[in-house]
Amino acid sequence: MIERHPVLDLACHAVLVLGAAIVCMPIYFAFVAGSLTIQEVQQVPLPWLPGSHFVANAETAWNKGNFARLFINSAIVAVGITVGKIAVSMLSAFALAYFRFRWRMTAFWLIFASLMLPVEVRIVPTFESVANAALPLQWVVDELDLAGWWEVLTGNRIEIALQWNLINTYSGLILPLIASATATFLFRQFFLTIPDELCEAARIDGASPWRFFRSILLPLSTSNMVALAIILFLHGWNQYLWPLLFTTDKNMATAVIGLKHLIPRSDMEPAWNIAMNAALITMLPPVVVVVALQRWLVKGLVDSSK
Amino acid sequence: MAGRSRESGLKRAHFVEPRVAALLLLPQLAILLLFFFIPSIRALAQSFLLADPFGARVQFVWFDNFTALFRSPEYHESIWVTVWFTLAQSALTIVIAGVLAFATDRVIRLRGTYKMVLLLPYAIAPAIAGILWAFLFNPAVGPIAHALRAIGIAWDPNLNATDALILVTLAATWKHICYDYIFLVAALLAMPPSLLEAAAVDGAGPLRRFFLIAMPMISPTIFFLTVMNFVYGFFDTFAIIDAVTRGGPAGATNILVYKVYQDGFVNLDLGSSAAQSVVLMLSALTLTLLQFRYVERKVNYDV
Repeated sequence: MIERHPVLDLACHAVLVLGAAIVCMPIYFAFVAGSLTIQEVQQVPLPWLPGSHFVANAETAWNKGNFARLFINSAIVAVGITVGKIAVSMLSAFALAYFRFRWRMTAFWLIFASLMLPVEVRIVPTFESVANAALPLQWVVDELDLAGWWEVLTGNRIEIALQWNLINTYSGLILPLIASATATFLFRQFFLTIPDELCEAARIDGASPWRFFRSILLPLSTSNMVALAIILFLHGWNQYLWPLLFTTDKNMATAVIGLKHLIPRSDMEPAWNIAMNAALITMLPPVVVVVALQRWLVKGLVDSSK
Repeated sequence: MAGRSRESGLKRAHFVEPRVAALLLLPQLAILLLFFFIPSIRALAQSFLLADPFGARVQFVWFDNFTALFRSPEYHESIWVTVWFTLAQSALTIVIAGVLAFATDRVIRLRGTYKMVLLLPYAIAPAIAGILWAFLFNPAVGPIAHALRAIGIAWDPNLNATDALILVTLAATWKHICYDYIFLVAALLAMPPSLLEAAAVDGAGPLRRFFLIAMPMISPTIFFLTVMNFVYGFFDTFAIIDAVTRGGPAGATNILVYKVYQDGFVNLDLGSSAAQSVVLMLSALTLTLLQFRYVERKVNYDV
């Protein structure tokens, strides 16, 4: 602040309090509704103060929504996306920044191209790829007419049908979301700022590339990794479209998808108290992460977008 | 081993073990191939084909899917809904985030607390944000719907198209303000204080300094955020739409990404869905290029 300006300062506080109130309002009303009985939640107007059934509703929601199972699924998917994406992109960033080989620029541009298109735009073909990840192999088999050759050679007619279904599997939920370039470029940018002397010294000492990666690059990247991991965890936990498409088995759904089934539709009992309670339960893990690791989150966001 | 002329994007001290490099790149490229390149190419191929829903007959139809798409009144409506929704959401988000960031930059006491609270929606899934707002505005039980009725506004997002659009716009904005806010606060804090002090000595008040000095200096951030808000509005609001309105009533909130899903999975019109995918890919491409062309000068990608 440069000069004292009491009126403006007061106005600023007022604006921020108002902003904070707007952010909290939906969460507060979810809390109020989540602590009422089903009769109370249908009162008009809704009470301003919470009732006494929060714990009971939480239990009902937890059991009714099968959240014990769904939370495990969400955790596996979120951690899987986080670890997978960081591992895959760190390795390829290492290759791009530290290795001279013939197809380096081609690899770079292939990865770069994927930066340009969000997965949401190819819903149907991506779904088909997950429904049968062996599709490209099948295509090769069909194009080369391997079955026909086999028939010519041996006289036996066979059908070659390759199938690798990832629907309702953790790999189906995790793998398609690991395919993104942002993290690769983040690590590449970071590697390019590391002094060359470190690598030279390691090479003079006879360290293998893997040794250099493990003993020098990995420890140096910790802070970037943590910052990115927070964002990826939130992103993974809050996924919606892919779990919606790739899970037909209720036991494989994630918490956010399970929550959706508890929302009252017009032909259902209006159990908004249970639904709002479940919404609070589902948002709890990411909220805890953000509150606890706020500073890292901000670093990760600002880094990963440049 | 160090190269004669320095290759860009390659460390001066590097390894020459092509096989190791190939192994390191393999996982990334394999996943990209399976879940990015093949689906993209298939979407492109499918957009030129006409298949009956059971996949028995497939015909190459050139641009028929696209001409049919651009002739269909529903697609026009979907485009308009997307444009309005995205514009309203982007404008609201950046203006509110700007006011909050300006205020945060000025206050000293409680700054940490304000930032912590304003950051909260970042943690909340878009679908959940949608559900929370759907409850507040639910015509039967929602407190805001009740308040609206009390002042004489008949509110029903299940029947009224405008109400539904307002509802999803508010939910989308609420979820996204924190994102713009973080970047604007960071940009304002990074401004050199000497500039502002000089202006203050010359007699410029805080608001004048904000509009004449801070705004132009952080304009790259503002532009970047505008592009990001568009990307968000176009692609990341699928969950809000599906959880709150499912595109209804009568297509009033059927934004383009949601229509791709509906036509592909619900109506099984694969050719049209693929053509829509291609149109969306082109718009995503444009947005990304804009972002790199005008904003990402800091990052050097000229390899």
